[in-house]
Amino acid sequence: MFLQQLINGLTLGSVYALIALGYTMVYGILELINFAHGEIYMLGAYLGIILLGFFTAIGLTSQSLSLSIILTLILTIIFCSSYGFTIEKIAYKPLRRSPRLSPLISAIGVSIFLQNYVMLTQGATDKVFSSIFGNAGFDFLSTRITYLQLAIILVSAVIMLLLHAFILKTKTGKAMRAVAQDKTMASLLGINIDTVISATFIIGSGLAAIAGVMVAMYYGLVNYYIGYTAGIKAFTAAVLGGIGSVPGAMLGGVILGLAESLGASYILREYIEYKDAFAFIILITILLAKPEGLLGKTSEEKI
Amino acid sequence: MPEKTWNHKKYLMPVIIALWFSFLFLPFKGIKAAILLFVILTFAIPLLKYALNLIKKIHLPADTFRGYVPSDKRYFFLLLVPLMTAPFFAEDYIIDVVINSGIYIILALGLNIVVGFAGLLNLGFVAFYAIGAYSYALINTKLGLGFWSAMPVSVLLTMLSGFLLAVPALRLRGDYLALVTLGFGEIVRLVLNNWDSFTKGPNGISGIMPPYIFNISLGKLSYYYYLVLIFVVISVFVIRRVHDSKTGRAWISLREDEIASSAMGINTTLYKLYSFAFGSFWAGLAGCLFAAKMRFISPESFSFMESVLILCMVILGGLGSIAGVVIGAVILVFLPEALRGVETYRMLAMGCGMVLLMVFRPQGLFGGKNVSIGS
Repeated sequence: MFLQQLINGLTLGSVYALIALGYTMVYGILELINFAHGEIYMLGAYLGIILLGFFTAIGLTSQSLSLSIILTLILTIIFCSSYGFTIEKIAYKPLRRSPRLSPLISAIGVSIFLQNYVMLTQGATDKVFSSIFGNAGFDFLSTRITYLQLAIILVSAVIMLLLHAFILKTKTGKAMRAVAQDKTMASLLGINIDTVISATFIIGSGLAAIAGVMVAMYYGLVNYYIGYTAGIKAFTAAVLGGIGSVPGAMLGGVILGLAESLGASYILREYIEYKDAFAFIILITILLAKPEGLLGKTSEEKI
Repeated sequence: MPEKTWNHKKYLMPVIIALWFSFLFLPFKGIKAAILLFVILTFAIPLLKYALNLIKKIHLPADTFRGYVPSDKRYFFLLLVPLMTAPFFAEDYIIDVVINSGIYIILALGLNIVVGFAGLLNLGFVAFYAIGAYSYALINTKLGLGFWSAMPVSVLLTMLSGFLLAVPALRLRGDYLALVTLGFGEIVRLVLNNWDSFTKGPNGISGIMPPYIFNISLGKLSYYYYLVLIFVVISVFVIRRVHDSKTGRAWISLREDEIASSAMGINTTLYKLYSFAFGSFWAGLAGCLFAAKMRFISPESFSFMESVLILCMVILGGLGSIAGVVIGAVILVFLPEALRGVETYRMLAMGCGMVLLMVFRPQGLFGGKNVSIGS
């Protein structure tokens, strides 16, 4: 029972971590809560189901399952990154010099737009996807671990390590860190700020897309409002780990996932209907008690 | 004679943009719809650009529409005449919509105190609306108190809840404060939805009594209309007076520059608390009016989207402008009624509108250019 919840929590946590990375990267660079990020994840989940359905229809899935999954992932990443890129150009870039409230309201607008866009094009009902994996897996210490769960945890771990290496080692990663530290200075040193910001949105959206596809395959069901809750939870994870910190977002995601699944089965059993309030309570508690998070830095207020 | 050159960029850009958006649209509605979108956009983008250029040539200064809001009080009394006589000639449906916009005016004015005057973004304002409505409904149905005795109690309760949220939350600033208020709003809604024994959960509370005056029920639409009208006039009057008072000035200085105003001797925390409490006061009143009008309330009416709608009223009208906020509320209540045929696109348009407003006219229709919030 405990091990089962641990595995479930890890699965959930790696998804939160993937989404949280997008929040934390954008916040690190623009100091903007990208409210629309949860919707990118939702778009990813829908695209995953649509594309897998398309590949099943043309018979690719029955021929080569792994090829169709890889193709779905790649295409979804391309689409979601394009959405992220476009959103930044339309809704955030013109507001870069505005007061802090303006981009936040604009982001809420984008979020509402995308939700309704998907609802109108894909229907308001749940989109169901008959799982092609079933319950395949293995038993370990009388605990059922499905291959899909294992895949989600492994894929997320690998991607997060790659991202970490990317930010530390590559030139773009270095530029991102420089822009996050000081925009003006970075641009004086010849870094193209616009390109870096675009790259941030593209990478963040790509990560959300992967999370979306994996969740769609895991639950086999999506609807147009999953982005809001998932977004809030992922943002909570980002704040928990320390917003702006990439390892923090990973840690925060895993902690939140574990807390949710273990908490739901042990501590909050009587109050299971308040499960969704759980993330908010954690969020408010952290913001009030330790706003810099677990791995974040405290910032002095500049006058 | 200068040679006429074929300007690639000018003619190619709309096509590329159209192609890009149809590519984004492709997986969601199939190839036919994407091609259709491509064709429409290819022609629409140059037209849009042309229109934008025309608008830019007109060049509206930041406070253009402000001049059209009469500053003389006498004009408002002139406006009162059609408002006073409306129930005699308008049909019930219109009266109903006007009552709704009255309730939203009070709500939006309340939010305007927090966001527009004091510059604190509150994304969970609907929570106070809900607390007002539910406390009135519960006091009325469980204790049997009438409107005139239950309303002050529930308004005070709402104010108290605003105060209680503000005490811890005000240590945060900007985005974080917005998120804590958002979380508060969601928690209130989830509690209302799940505390079955007390709030009857998603089924809601029915059988709420309308107000009475000397044993005459104000449940009739035209009577209720006057009740709401009186409260709207009171709220506009009181908020205007407070805005021009020492407290109002303190709020505005807080919004413009918190550090400078604290250096001028303003107790920033205290004034932020005032703004939260005073804002939630009006939300509580609007909640009571809503509950007494509908005679039935359920958590559905108090979702996050409602908070966003109220915020839209405030920013559409212009942050900090009382007349602007009133007009913003009226527009956003009447517009969906007028566009009933295309109701499904309502939220889509609202999302789009929020982005466009922020990009092109962040101060709202009637806001002055000196309004800036956040740091």
